Amino acid sequence: MTDKTRTRGRLPMQIPADAQRQGGPVSAARRRFLAGSAAAGGALAAGGLLGGKALAGNPENLPPNIPDWSRYLGAGVDAHPYGMPVEFESHVVRRNVEWLTATSESSVNFTPIHEMDGFVTPNGLCFERHHGGMAIVPPEDYRLMINGLVDRPLIFTYQDIMRFPPESRFHFLECAANSGMEWRGAQLNGVQYTHGMIHCVYYTGVPLKTLLQEAGVKTSAKWILAEGGDSAGMTRSIPLEKALDDCMVVYSMNGERLRAEQGYPVRLIVPGWEGNMWVKWLRRIEVGDKAWYHREETSKYTDLLPNGKARKFTWVMDAKSVITSPSPEKPMRAEGPQVLKGLAWSGHGRISRVDVSLDGGINWQAAQLHGPVLPKALTFFTLPFEWHGQELLLQSRAMDETGYVQPRMAALQEVRGVNSIYHNNSIQTWLVNANGVVDNVRLG
Amino acid sequence: MSVSAKRGLLLAAAAAALLAGAQALAEEGKTYGLGTPATPEQIAAWDIDIRPDGAGLPPGSGSAADGEELYANQCAFCHGDFGEGIGRYPVLMGGFESLTQDRPEKTVGSYWPYASTVWDYIYRAMPFGNAQSLSVDETYALTAYVLWLNDIVEYEQVLDQDNLAEVEMPNADGFFLMSEPEFPPHEPCMTDCRDSVEILGKARILDVTPDDGGQAPID
Repeated sequence: MTDKTRTRGRLPMQIPADAQRQGGPVSAARRRFLAGSAAAGGALAAGGLLGGKALAGNPENLPPNIPDWSRYLGAGVDAHPYGMPVEFESHVVRRNVEWLTATSESSVNFTPIHEMDGFVTPNGLCFERHHGGMAIVPPEDYRLMINGLVDRPLIFTYQDIMRFPPESRFHFLECAANSGMEWRGAQLNGVQYTHGMIHCVYYTGVPLKTLLQEAGVKTSAKWILAEGGDSAGMTRSIPLEKALDDCMVVYSMNGERLRAEQGYPVRLIVPGWEGNMWVKWLRRIEVGDKAWYHREETSKYTDLLPNGKARKFTWVMDAKSVITSPSPEKPMRAEGPQVLKGLAWSGHGRISRVDVSLDGGINWQAAQLHGPVLPKALTFFTLPFEWHGQELLLQSRAMDETGYVQPRMAALQEVRGVNSIYHNNSIQTWLVNANGVVDNVRLG
Repeated sequence: MSVSAKRGLLLAAAAAALLAGAQALAEEGKTYGLGTPATPEQIAAWDIDIRPDGAGLPPGSGSAADGEELYANQCAFCHGDFGEGIGRYPVLMGGFESLTQDRPEKTVGSYWPYASTVWDYIYRAMPFGNAQSLSVDETYALTAYVLWLNDIVEYEQVLDQDNLAEVEMPNADGFFLMSEPEFPPHEPCMTDCRDSVEILGKARILDVTPDDGGQAPID
């Protein structure tokens, strides 16, 4: 190696003699490892994680220097037969709030929506909600039974289900309790926690109608009961009209088979309706003529009003939106041009418009919707704006194709009080202070 | 077109689509010959759901007296000896007259509308971590015990297939179907919509957010 190549754009690094003796091309990863072990006091030599502090980066990797990855070989194929996100994105994970529930087996975690660009949620980031832990069901041992008011009670195998003509669609899934901790005031200081019980993926499966038709629904039928095969035996009553409309029995999400935590091998999807009804590990569909009034549609998922009465069967997720950046997790880092990002959705159909306010709802402007804008799917929106250190009160307000407008919390509280837990689709406010720090606040 | 008229048309279109869907189902009758017939034995083993009218209840019986020891052994660890709930596990008892209060206590006694739901849930999902391990008689007995904790049945009262649906729950009339939309469609205000705004509260002050708040190291 000549002096010229050794010094071109680089500070010379000592490679231990034993490493040099191995011969052959040096990989960037090995070189980084060697550099790391050679560096005193654990100083990072090649752009590694920065311990949560925003550092300026390694001068050796910046122009006019030539970084290692431009000089040495990267990892070969098959280094990761199932690919994972790059190490620098390891903070993009689901998180939970431990004090919310008694046990992790009957609990929930949250999608890091502040890290999402676009409307598709990566499979490994889709929030989890289990009532009896995550069931592991071998596909060869999977069975789906259809019984009740049908001409032919049937049992399908996993392979049977995949032999029916499939359909594919994007849909959001939102837990009815998303934002449920925020009724009385601003409580959790992070958009992952206030709005993260949602995801949106591309499903492939069989229309439920096709399977019901295979069994032959009797004319007296009015309801179905969907039942999970997990240890919670999750059950929900669903009107037959909805079952025949757009419900699907799915086996794939985003082009690969369901994740175990999303109900592998087969789950039900109930587009636009509360996530609790999207029964995972689906083992049985019963057809009947009345609702079953099971635990999850009486004790839970009913909305208690101030007069002591509760709304029942509030299935549809009304239009809602939230700004995901800036947010408590995504503070402002510099003055000047900014991009505001967010997500909007409606269980009634397509999002028609999203308005954004920078002053707490006094003035509004329309955000740009990023296509495709699909019915009952997340819609990604952005709004470029300038920031020069002034205090901001950021809000977004979604409208859907039925003309429904996302309400303010004050309006929602007027009709619901503060104890209905579910279906909080109110406008969220983020306070941006002069230092760029972002806070979850409640406005009067 | 007004937004309400538009909404009406959309609803009409949706209704027509539903109707068309139902007709297609009836007319097509398209089947693929997939799946195998479910036998009566298979159905009986998996079809465990119960309705408020008692449909689905199997023969058997039990009273609170029968269930007391079983409850102590199988349920009290989470729900407490008197259904008061341990830690964050569900409270089963009491909370009467609390539904209109600032902090409602929604229990089997104060909130659940049907006794059948108690039976169904115990039989399918309890005890937590050992679901579907209780016999039919044990389920009648535990249902009776939880109802007795709430003064809904007598200690010696035997519940069975024929009388469970007749048990009147205190909050049976506590639920209703919404008939009108909460917020009718409208064109929202865009400028000078409010005179002023006031910050009432900040999540940061409460300090209940997990420490690892999910901030990226660099952005």
